Amino acid sequence: MSASNAGTKDPFINSLGKIYAGYTGGFVAFVILLAILEQMGVPDRIIGYLFVFLTIAVYAYIGIISRTAAVAEYYVAGRRVPALYNGMATGSDWMSAASFIGMAGSLYALGYGGLAFILGWTGGFMLVAILLAPYLRKFGQYTVPDFLGARYGGNLARGIGVTVLITASFVYVVAQIVGVGIITQRFLDVSFTTAVFLGLAGILVCSMLGGMRAVTWTQVAQYIILIIAYLIPAVLMSAKISGVPLPQIMYGFALERIEGLENTFRAAGMTPPPGVTGWHTAPFIGANGAFSWSAAVNFFALVFCLMVGTAALPHILMRYFTTPSVREARQSVAWSLFFIFLLYFTAPAYAAFAKVEIYQNIIGQPIASLPDWIKNWQIISPYGVPWINIVDANRDGILQWSEFRIHPDVVVLATPEIAGMPYVIAGLVAAGGLAAALSTADGLLLALANALSHDVYYKMIDRNAPTKRRLVISRVLLLIVAVLAAWTAGNAGADILFLVAWAFSIAAAGLFAALVMGVWYKKTTNAAACWGMAVGYVFTFGYLIWTEFFGLSFVELFGTKEAILAAARQTAALTVVDPELKAYAAALVANAAQIQDGALSWFGQLILTTDSVTLRGRCVARLWTLNNISGGIIGVPLSFLTIWAVSKFTTAPSQAMQDFIDDIRIPRGGVRLVDRREAVE
Amino acid sequence: MPLVESGTERPGATAPAIDPETGRAYWRKTSSLMWTVLALWFFAGFGVHFFAPAINSIHVLGFPLGFWFAAQGSLVIFVVALFWFARRQNEIDEEFGVQED
Repeated sequence: MSASNAGTKDPFINSLGKIYAGYTGGFVAFVILLAILEQMGVPDRIIGYLFVFLTIAVYAYIGIISRTAAVAEYYVAGRRVPALYNGMATGSDWMSAASFIGMAGSLYALGYGGLAFILGWTGGFMLVAILLAPYLRKFGQYTVPDFLGARYGGNLARGIGVTVLITASFVYVVAQIVGVGIITQRFLDVSFTTAVFLGLAGILVCSMLGGMRAVTWTQVAQYIILIIAYLIPAVLMSAKISGVPLPQIMYGFALERIEGLENTFRAAGMTPPPGVTGWHTAPFIGANGAFSWSAAVNFFALVFCLMVGTAALPHILMRYFTTPSVREARQSVAWSLFFIFLLYFTAPAYAAFAKVEIYQNIIGQPIASLPDWIKNWQIISPYGVPWINIVDANRDGILQWSEFRIHPDVVVLATPEIAGMPYVIAGLVAAGGLAAALSTADGLLLALANALSHDVYYKMIDRNAPTKRRLVISRVLLLIVAVLAAWTAGNAGADILFLVAWAFSIAAAGLFAALVMGVWYKKTTNAAACWGMAVGYVFTFGYLIWTEFFGLSFVELFGTKEAILAAARQTAALTVVDPELKAYAAALVANAAQIQDGALSWFGQLILTTDSVTLRGRCVARLWTLNNISGGIIGVPLSFLTIWAVSKFTTAPSQAMQDFIDDIRIPRGGVRLVDRREAVE
Repeated sequence: MPLVESGTERPGATAPAIDPETGRAYWRKTSSLMWTVLALWFFAGFGVHFFAPAINSIHVLGFPLGFWFAAQGSLVIFVVALFWFARRQNEIDEEFGVQED
């Protein structure tokens, strides 16, 4: 596939295959060695330490030998990363702790509903490939805001782009650092804050000295570890449960058995535990198992937001600046999706096998005689509840369906123990999860630091800054952003993980329309793009904050009187809440007869109704029953519409701008910039 | 290491690489490929799942078909479509002589 590399003279690029094959072999040998050590009686804790420290040492080594003082190397890895390797790097850049550890667990809990994540996080690459990546590569500068600046007349557009980028990426990187902290804490047995700062050190050694160049080559190394670590336990689990080591094919029979067991449980009068669906394979159902419009609308809205968000997250887009050519950029998106597909294709198998094992061998057993792996996980997680919580509600000593509560993260983390595999496999999973979290955090930190150093400092503040100072400033900013993110992670802990989903809606509504229209609609004017980005960003971010933190006031405006009363009841019943708000809600409930429909309740009932749910200890409002995780479903079209409408009323772009667009649309030749000062020197 | 840019940056151009007529024809063909892949994207990402409740009663190797499409079928379509797109776009580039040197 990478025939165009054949001509490269670069000895390093030519020997990449050998280097990474040797590295993979070395890693496999290392795992085997640890397995032998374990058999010889080396304690589990030492095995855990060796896994975490040795893999981080390897990343650090790659990071240090890739150090660079050349600007093009620092920002875009010298633009010589072949399509295949850029695909692997994008894969690990993309797959975060949430994909590696959390996704199988979400599928366990949500069944069909969880597949929205699988679809959304893969389908988005279609949009990247056909709409953006080749054109951004042809444009050929350093960052996504660079493109906005050059296409939309300078610093205003660039500044708005940087604002959106920082909001989305910062939220996202904090969640990754929490993920690193959770894994390090579990396997090294240190406090959460220590774990966070240990993880931070691991992240910084990769990116500090070599920028994009170092991050690229460590991400390839991290991809190899994370995919091995994800596939091996699934294969062993499949062999144990179905007798055939092909999890992706064999879990069909597991699904069939789950359906049967669910029916048996229901026939016995049992109900599923809170948060877990009772119909694993059924699409678009409500809590009673019947078809629900709200569930269907939420499913498709979430798929849409995750897809468009994928295509707008700058740490992903900037990876396609690093390929040698436009042709390879397109090829590279296909490879990225392939490497991501390998993991996402397997995730539902984890969920199905874990569910079969639990439903078949755990539910209905006497609580006193549960297997050891359950007892090992009945410890408090950083989320504040036990990883596995056995609640004998009816006190009969027998475990009912609804009495087995499992935290989603356990599904992947405990698979090695469920399948009775040696501890070395658990260590492997930890190393894989760590690789996933570290690689994503690296990519995000670099995107943040580059936006601040290249776009804000160099392009907006001091255009005459010498190369050396620019690189020093990049590194200082990287350090500052990293410490700030770690500080936030250490303080807020696991409570903020829901914010990750926001990053997608924010990036989608803020950046996607302006980027796509910049390439595909020549008449897009500077003012239109700035308005489009600002409207999408402010609207979506505002909507998220309003519905999440001020749910009652949202319902009071958009809800019917019944919805307002329900929201007031939910608010009054919250445990941790501002006493003033609680008193206000209680007063509303007391005078229920006087509640009127909200002023905009006609709008709130336009498609489906407006209501609220108690989530994360808050009363969260839902316009048209849409969960606020899919806030971008309104923000994205709004942003497109604004750009189109404002373009109609403002002066069309100059001939020079049209020439610029003509040039980025074709792979051959150079790019005629409107403002020559925008060129990377 | 020297504090200079490596030589891979393209210098800013001053003239168009191809004549406007070829450019327009190239862009028409590229756009139609874009819409084709976008239609595939919509079909695999959304369209087929509208029918999930209806086709879920069909089981293949244990998989209910609606579930299978969301978990595997659509993903396979995405991957295959992207490799096909990359190849097809290269052919269009070469047809109009706008591929990179």
